Amino acid sequence: MISFEALHAAPLALTAHAPVLMVVGPLIAACAAALAPTARTSWMISVTGSIFAAWMALALLGEVARRGAVDYYIGGFAPPLGIAFHIDGLSVFMALLISSAGVMASLYSGHSLSAEVRAEKHTLVQAGFLLCQSGLLGLVSTGDAFNAFVFLEVSSIGTYALIAIGEKRDRRALPAAFNYLIMGTIGATFYVVGVGFLLAATGTLNMADMGARLATLGDSSVVQAGFAFVVVGLGIKAAMFPLHGWLPGAYSYAPSLISIFLAATATKAAIYLMARFVFDVFPDGAAFGQGFIAWVLAPLAATAAIVCSLQAVFEKEIRRMLAFSSVAQVGFILMGLSLATVAGASAGLFYLGAHALLKMTLFMALGGLAISMGARRLDELAGVARDAPWSATAFAIGAASLAGVPLTLGFLAKWRLIEAALQAGQIWIVAVLATASLLTLLYVGRMLEAIFFRAAPAGAPRAREAPVGVLAPLWILAGLNLWFGIDASLPEKLANAGALALLGGTP
Amino acid sequence: MIALPPTFDANLAIDIALLVMLVVLAGAIVRTRSLLAAIILFSIYSLISAVWFVIMDAPDVAFTEAVVGAGISTIVLLGAILLTRGETERPDWRRLIAPALVCITVGGILIYAATGLPALGDASSPANAYIGRAYLEAAPKDIGLPNTVTAVLASYRGFDTFGETAVIFAAGVGVALMLGFGPRASLAPPPVVTGDHHVVLRVAAKLLIPLIALFALYVQFHGDLGAGGGFQAGVIMAAAIILHALVFGLRETVSAVPPRVARSVASLGVLVYAGVGVACMINGGAFLDYDYLFPPEVEKQIPGWLLGDSEHAHHWGQHFGIMLIELGVLLTVAATMVTIFYGFAGRTIDDARREAKP
Repeated sequence: MISFEALHAAPLALTAHAPVLMVVGPLIAACAAALAPTARTSWMISVTGSIFAAWMALALLGEVARRGAVDYYIGGFAPPLGIAFHIDGLSVFMALLISSAGVMASLYSGHSLSAEVRAEKHTLVQAGFLLCQSGLLGLVSTGDAFNAFVFLEVSSIGTYALIAIGEKRDRRALPAAFNYLIMGTIGATFYVVGVGFLLAATGTLNMADMGARLATLGDSSVVQAGFAFVVVGLGIKAAMFPLHGWLPGAYSYAPSLISIFLAATATKAAIYLMARFVFDVFPDGAAFGQGFIAWVLAPLAATAAIVCSLQAVFEKEIRRMLAFSSVAQVGFILMGLSLATVAGASAGLFYLGAHALLKMTLFMALGGLAISMGARRLDELAGVARDAPWSATAFAIGAASLAGVPLTLGFLAKWRLIEAALQAGQIWIVAVLATASLLTLLYVGRMLEAIFFRAAPAGAPRAREAPVGVLAPLWILAGLNLWFGIDASLPEKLANAGALALLGGTP
Repeated sequence: MIALPPTFDANLAIDIALLVMLVVLAGAIVRTRSLLAAIILFSIYSLISAVWFVIMDAPDVAFTEAVVGAGISTIVLLGAILLTRGETERPDWRRLIAPALVCITVGGILIYAATGLPALGDASSPANAYIGRAYLEAAPKDIGLPNTVTAVLASYRGFDTFGETAVIFAAGVGVALMLGFGPRASLAPPPVVTGDHHVVLRVAAKLLIPLIALFALYVQFHGDLGAGGGFQAGVIMAAAIILHALVFGLRETVSAVPPRVARSVASLGVLVYAGVGVACMINGGAFLDYDYLFPPEVEKQIPGWLLGDSEHAHHWGQHFGIMLIELGVLLTVAATMVTIFYGFAGRTIDDARREAKP
């Protein structure tokens, strides 16, 4: 059994400031990367900054296990006057996920960027990537509702441009980025309007304080509107069905570094914040909160799982296929959370982590193939398995995990979700899960059939195997899909701690 | 904070007049097909909003709205329409149904929520009675600045301001990524104003630019006492540089403030801010806890005259900390605005067309 309590990852002086260092570290690295003289230097800064953030997240894992939760008062001012970081089991779970995704993506970017983006722009791409990482880490660490908005913006603003520079390879990146810019801005505005209403009702921005005051103040039209605006705003950012229109384009045409990182983290961080509001800030007794989970969240999540899986089945371009699949999988995660039990939340979080890992594997494998081929459509990938066996096999492992083949992480994730649904007596969720999983099998089958079993068309350019700099992080990810498929005690423990932090109760 | 009296009076008349103007302007912006007209109307909309904020006793917000909304964003938008067509097509009304429904729903929810909001300036409202009161009571003790708004923005919630500086920086990174790094000096378009018959404009600009820059510095350092601070000052400073480019031509400005320098200064500003935070940390405080900005042995050697009066002497860490982070904000905001301007101004319609070809 792994014991997090014994984990002392960093010296005490650093651990004491780990919550803020985890966020400020990548941000300082972003400024340094923008100043870097060469593309190579900026890449090294990016890797260093990402590893530093992951290191701090590990240090926090031990601290949270020992102390239950870590509070850090920025500027030395206790809330509600000042901004406090509140790191509990759930924050640590998200921070580990985001920072390790950052490490993998930055390692990978050493090779991919030179194939996809002009060399003089590398320093700025790395700066934007680090800003995005810092913003997402801040979002999951802060205990302040307005501070979360600021970090939401830090992570989003750079992302819009990073998606748009995909236009060098595909002009459709421009409308996709513009679409995301408009939708993302509407989402952020809704969120901040909602927070404004909640501030007017409670007089505080600290989320824990807000929750405590809402519990005593009771219901009012201001609180209800605040709830609606926050949830819809974050729903857009989380690509919650039917607010997901921006996602397929944003994931499909961005440079692969960005789609890898976004697919693993961006929507997940918004889901995190939404869960915080729905379960922590709003009192358990609020009728509209319960009603929202039962009558809005769960049905929409189920619809997403079915409809977007179907869309993926009929899609011709492979990255769009994966993007639709992502919206469907967000549905799976939200279904788990909507059970509102510790087992359900734990299964949802486990699924969230599993999906981040396997989608990263898939997007990175595709990125590796596209470095040599530039392929977009499924039929252009016909027969690449023969020319690039390592990338193709890693892709197959990720795909098997997505489909939920036994002995992969994806299988365990689905299994735990079904278990939790049965425990909560929600049989219909099991039925939806089964249907959506069948559809997943269909589109995964289509991808694998094209890559492995179809002959390359005569005269087509032959693919080359991806360079070692790509294969190394790719195979670490693929290996983790298999490892956790057999021994999932580590992610299970993290997800359980997260669920307990979210819903309270005993292990 | 003065509660509005319930009977009809001049204040109410002004409120209603301003709000009606805002509604009419918003309608006009939606209706007009000319982008230039829309931008000018937007600028007026911002200015009236700023007036409205002043009436609501929020001069700091009003100042920001005036310089950002009516000032710099108008210039950026004008730069943008130079690269596009000046008109939009009339959209098909069927495509407007869904957005209209969304707008009506959102408006409905807003009105519903407004029914439960406390009255403007109500001293017993949660925001005023709880945190507002706490700030007013604690700020003189903790920070010692006359302007509580600055105390909140730069110290109590200084981390938000840090994040917002990072957002500005991110926007600069984004524009530089999209539009390139601004003009090369050799390729910069010829000056907008040529010939001796514009000598008045040149002479006036030469007189005005230093004054605008000086005013920016005034706004920068006056933030402790009244409305102002790094954001507004940065935008005003950028306006001085942009005015220079408009009158003397981009080539001149680029040789004075090279794009590379502007981009570096934008990074540097964020680094100054972060550096202050890290310095506090090294001296044993929390991130951005200015009380720990300098170690205690240095504190004793600070001469009293540096702070003006002895009453505030025990807040010297807060004073210097706020001054330094506001400097960081100034650098990042000014440099980013100039970078964004260069990004637009450095491109011609030919560039845009050439790149649009597949």
